[in-house]
Amino acid sequence: MLRRALRLGVGRCPLGRGLGTRRGGSTLDWDGKVSDIKKKIQSVLPGGAWNPLYDTSHLPPEHSDVVIVGGGVLGLSVAYWLKRLEKRRGAIQVLVVDRDYTYSQASTVLSVGGIRQQFSLPENIQLSLFSVDFLRNINEYLAVVDDPPLDLQFNPLGYLLLASEKGAAIMENNVKVQRQEGAKVCLMSPEQLRNKFPWINTEGVALASYGLENEGWFDPWCLLQGLRRKVQSMGVRFCHGEVTRFISSSDRMETASGEEVTLKRIHEVHVKMDRSLEYQPVECAIVINAAGAWSGQIAELAGIGKGPPGTLQGTKLPVEPRKRYVYLWHCPQGPGLETPFVTDTSGTYFRREGLGNNYLGGCSPTEDKVWPHLAQRVPAFESLKVRSAWAGYYDYNTFDQNGVVGPHPLVVNMYFATGFSGHGLQQAPAVGRAVAEMVLEGHFQTINLNPFLFSRFYLGEKVEERNII
Amino acid sequence: MAAPRAFLHLASSIWKWGPRDIRGLSRTVAPEGSQRKGRALLQFLADHFYDVEALREYLFRKQVLKVHQKNRSFTHIKEQYGPYIAGAYFVLKQGGAVKFQGQEWMQSNGRGRFSLDFFKFQAVPVEAVDASGCAINYQGLDNLLALKELQSLSLQRCPHVDDWCLSRLHQLAGSLQELSLAGCPQVSERGLACLHHLQKLRRLDISDLPAVSNPGLTRILVEEMLPNCEVLGADWAQGLKLGPEEQS
Repeated sequence: MLRRALRLGVGRCPLGRGLGTRRGGSTLDWDGKVSDIKKKIQSVLPGGAWNPLYDTSHLPPEHSDVVIVGGGVLGLSVAYWLKRLEKRRGAIQVLVVDRDYTYSQASTVLSVGGIRQQFSLPENIQLSLFSVDFLRNINEYLAVVDDPPLDLQFNPLGYLLLASEKGAAIMENNVKVQRQEGAKVCLMSPEQLRNKFPWINTEGVALASYGLENEGWFDPWCLLQGLRRKVQSMGVRFCHGEVTRFISSSDRMETASGEEVTLKRIHEVHVKMDRSLEYQPVECAIVINAAGAWSGQIAELAGIGKGPPGTLQGTKLPVEPRKRYVYLWHCPQGPGLETPFVTDTSGTYFRREGLGNNYLGGCSPTEDKVWPHLAQRVPAFESLKVRSAWAGYYDYNTFDQNGVVGPHPLVVNMYFATGFSGHGLQQAPAVGRAVAEMVLEGHFQTINLNPFLFSRFYLGEKVEERNII
Repeated sequence: MAAPRAFLHLASSIWKWGPRDIRGLSRTVAPEGSQRKGRALLQFLADHFYDVEALREYLFRKQVLKVHQKNRSFTHIKEQYGPYIAGAYFVLKQGGAVKFQGQEWMQSNGRGRFSLDFFKFQAVPVEAVDASGCAINYQGLDNLLALKELQSLSLQRCPHVDDWCLSRLHQLAGSLQELSLAGCPQVSERGLACLHHLQKLRRLDISDLPAVSNPGLTRILVEEMLPNCEVLGADWAQGLKLGPEEQS
């Protein structure tokens, strides 16, 4: 066996180096050969990936129970809860596939990092409440032996939402729902606003809602790395590659009323390696679509939306990337340490960043001019200097701007965890748990997210929220 | 049986030492030779054996549960005797000191025992609480926040008081006049920013906070935020670098 390994090791060298790229005369490169032989022997010993023909350690495994497409905060959250809620240790093999390990375009790390409970749908409020609980106890949930504890850099300063005359009644209603669900929010009149935050110009503001606890902003990169580290320690495999194809099989079945439906089941996921034509077919039982802004493309690969429009087969996943810009500016006379995350009536928002009078902000939903609105609301912002800016994608749900969670009615083993249109980060821990419950138990156990299933796109039932930032 | 007990002893001694200083694991607190060797051995074993890793996780969970147990809420006492008695009982059990209005300071003795005759002060509000060094956390703060006439609160050197706890203190905004957070290892400037709700505050002690990134600047910003309050903290010149003329 050693002789065979040696022969392979020696014979492999010219192929590995490429034809005609030998450096000068007769350098044997003995060290290279020795390391090749050592690698070969290590792969033969138990625990190594033995493949006599070529090295496959960069490829994903050939079988995996669950394949999660997308390694952002939602995908990792689903992986974490799947491993945490599994009945027996090591029962489920999970593979997370992401095509960019630097996360350069991922919405998670480009996000402003805010978390609030000021929504109008009770489900959204509950998701956010659980997520904030998760973040508060993050060092109990994501503790890894021998690793330092996580510092999320959470600023518990709350959100301040401003409403004009038209929106005041809606805001009051919203605050009532929020208080019912357990969020700590208070309403403020323009006079109270001026007393508390003297730097605000309350012209045009009829009512404001201010979150007192459990709202603020934090560092999304830290959450991502903490999840990644914990999930790796729980045995989840990572693969750096792109999903290019789903191999599925179809079954024609009849519903109770006699209609014919075609149910699809995905059997294999083809994962293509970066900058290469090489791909690995991964046999899987369940696929989770957590690809963020690109979830629509993944859904199309699975055949979702290929059918006559108006039918269930023809209903596409309405998630597409929407670019949003964030600006960082410096204003020496700006609002002080107690500045909350302020959202204006026009959709412009800003928050403090650090101790040096720097502020982050932008405008959503429409990309109007940002500065005039800012200067109108906070007169100190008339003199400011933009330091830098960046842009990121929302996984924008064009139907009703709320998340899609749960299985697809026709492609029975694809589950969605996407489409949160700008509040995915703040709901990620709770959504991950909901999807894991759906996968393991078949129904939602803790928070009922039935209004967020895919079927609402076909039935036309919009679940709309107001004031998406 | 001697070997596993030795492991347990090593593991528990390391973990007793760990959570007390939450940032000690990343900062260079140089342990002595034998402890360092012990840690390296434990790390090696945990990396190579699932059983050792599971054991260490179990010991960590036990530590966490111990803190949770200490911070449970005494609903029975609260229903029968009222929030003031429940809050005072909680503080005394943790090892702190309590002062009722018009009474003297009460504290448990060295062995954690205290007399229960404050149970007759059901209608007397608690004026001051000294919870220095106690293991109060976010849940345990429930008991203190029910004391609506609290005027002075001292949370010096509490290892589990962090920014999240400070964000809850707005419920005492109507009465709190004196607050001390000196020496809390987990409090940073982000938590201090939430204190703007406490407009009646007259004395605030934020000295010696290791997690605050810029103590001098933070003190200035907190003073701006609370204009009627006397802030004891780091000197504003601390952290300033000498200019080229002054350096010679």
